[in-house]
Amino acid sequence: MKPGGWFDRRGWSDIIVGVPYAWAIVFILAPICIVTALSFAVPVLNSPPYQFVHTWPFVSIASFQRLFTDSIYIRSFSVSLFNASIATVLCLLIGYPMALGLTRVSKAANRVLLMLIVLPFWTSFLLRVYAWIGLMGNNSWFNRLLTVLYNILVPQAWHLANIQIMYTNFAVIFVVVYSYLPFMILPLYANLEKLDRTLDEAAMDLGSRPYQVFLDVTLPLSMPGIIAGGLLVFIPSAGELVIPSLVGNMSDPMIGAIISQEFGLNHDWPMAAAISVALLFVLVVPLMAYTRYQSRAEAGGAP
Amino acid sequence: MKRLSTFLLTMMALGYVYLYAPIISLIVFSFNKSRLVTVWGGFSTVWYARLFENTQILDAAWLSLRLALISATVATILGTMAGIALVRFGPFRGRTMLSGLISTPLVMPEVLTGVSTLMLFLLMAKWIGWPARRGFSTLLIAHITFSMTYVTTVITSRLSAIDISIEEAALDLGSTPWQVLRDITLPVISPAILSGWLLAFTISLDDVVITSFTNGPGYNTLPMLVWAKVRLGVTPDINALGSLIVAVVAIGVTVSSVVLTRNERRRERDIQAALLGDH
Repeated sequence: MKPGGWFDRRGWSDIIVGVPYAWAIVFILAPICIVTALSFAVPVLNSPPYQFVHTWPFVSIASFQRLFTDSIYIRSFSVSLFNASIATVLCLLIGYPMALGLTRVSKAANRVLLMLIVLPFWTSFLLRVYAWIGLMGNNSWFNRLLTVLYNILVPQAWHLANIQIMYTNFAVIFVVVYSYLPFMILPLYANLEKLDRTLDEAAMDLGSRPYQVFLDVTLPLSMPGIIAGGLLVFIPSAGELVIPSLVGNMSDPMIGAIISQEFGLNHDWPMAAAISVALLFVLVVPLMAYTRYQSRAEAGGAP
Repeated sequence: MKRLSTFLLTMMALGYVYLYAPIISLIVFSFNKSRLVTVWGGFSTVWYARLFENTQILDAAWLSLRLALISATVATILGTMAGIALVRFGPFRGRTMLSGLISTPLVMPEVLTGVSTLMLFLLMAKWIGWPARRGFSTLLIAHITFSMTYVTTVITSRLSAIDISIEEAALDLGSTPWQVLRDITLPVISPAILSGWLLAFTISLDDVVITSFTNGPGYNTLPMLVWAKVRLGVTPDINALGSLIVAVVAIGVTVSSVVLTRNERRRERDIQAALLGDH
């Protein structure tokens, strides 16, 4: 094929490539470069509040040193990664049976049920969080239900009038799972739907029990869906800013709140930049490694 | 194995209860007479009336709507251009970097996009004197940027599924590239362009985090206003607002899915007819 593809008249193809390219360089690449550069600067009382070191090696790793020594940052990093991991596992445990169920219903039911999974995504994210705030409060029906369940399970001596759900880490995980569940179900469903059902039948015919068929056939084959859904849940929930600010325990903040606080409240741009770079490393580098591994596996593993 | 087991059925039922319990509760309590959002005090539509008297909310909704309309349109144009370039222009120089840049905002937590975009705006203000103040223009740029990446994803996945041979045939028959683009490529991907626009519109309308970094004083979008209000406590007029949004979305989705299903059926009938030679 011609080097410019089918659209080979110079002027036009240059515009079609050039305009979005320029936009992406100025508004996507430049901000990332700025954050990376600023993470090696030092904070000063000026406007803008940072400065680069004027002597060799011109970079300061003071912000990164603080990141690894100050307990605030270590603590908030662990809280974020912990919450995101638990939320991802819970999304998988709830989403997997739902996605599997969606592949087993009639075509008409499937259409409606899939639409019901997507529908909340089109409504306001904030209002769905807001709806839970009402439900988790101490005198709502949901809280009373949980309290009754709790009181049935525990000995008389530990009975509670109501369970404190709001402003706890549990509330954050609960609402994060709720908000990101569709992101787990949809890639899982897309993957499970494509699986060859005859493999299940073959395993059954050869005497496998249903749970064995699931463990030996369905689960391994759905691994790409699990990983895709897992990443779609894990990455945004680790950097979540809105949900913890509304239902979380503010004295034990997640990393998103720390970044916004360092930047907005403390005017410590280099520190905010250093945390951002570290978060990017923790979240995006494994993702890139996975993508590379997958594309290599596809290239090498195809029969 | 085709049969739905009791376990899967139970899990699905519980899952849908989990997804819809808060939304239904939100709608029910929007008709509550009492100020308390969790205690039923009789039926009333007072909060809807209150909502339409609240100029602050109406102004914010109008700002959000303008922002979403303009940013979705620009993002769709840019995203379609990027999608065509990535799928149809062959291996041009810098292609890998373009596709990498476009996918970056999709995999970054929003707080990073927000903070880095704000740093860019602040440094630009310092170096080139623009944007002097943050407001509609900075919001617009930020919204266009992240919406564009979603549109590009929609366009590329649609375009790679379409056979290039029709376009090549038209070129061989003497069409100019511009004619091919106008008469074949764009009409063929028009459903993807439409769904890309809708996606961009919804994302812009709903965004909180990136907006919270790039907006200026006096530019409160609807989600920003709701966020600020909810932080102070729950009030029933927000329930009314939420119910209205759910109603609009449910109607929109139902209508569009009915239309799409009908088109799909008609297309299938046409294909059948064509295969049977029944003109």
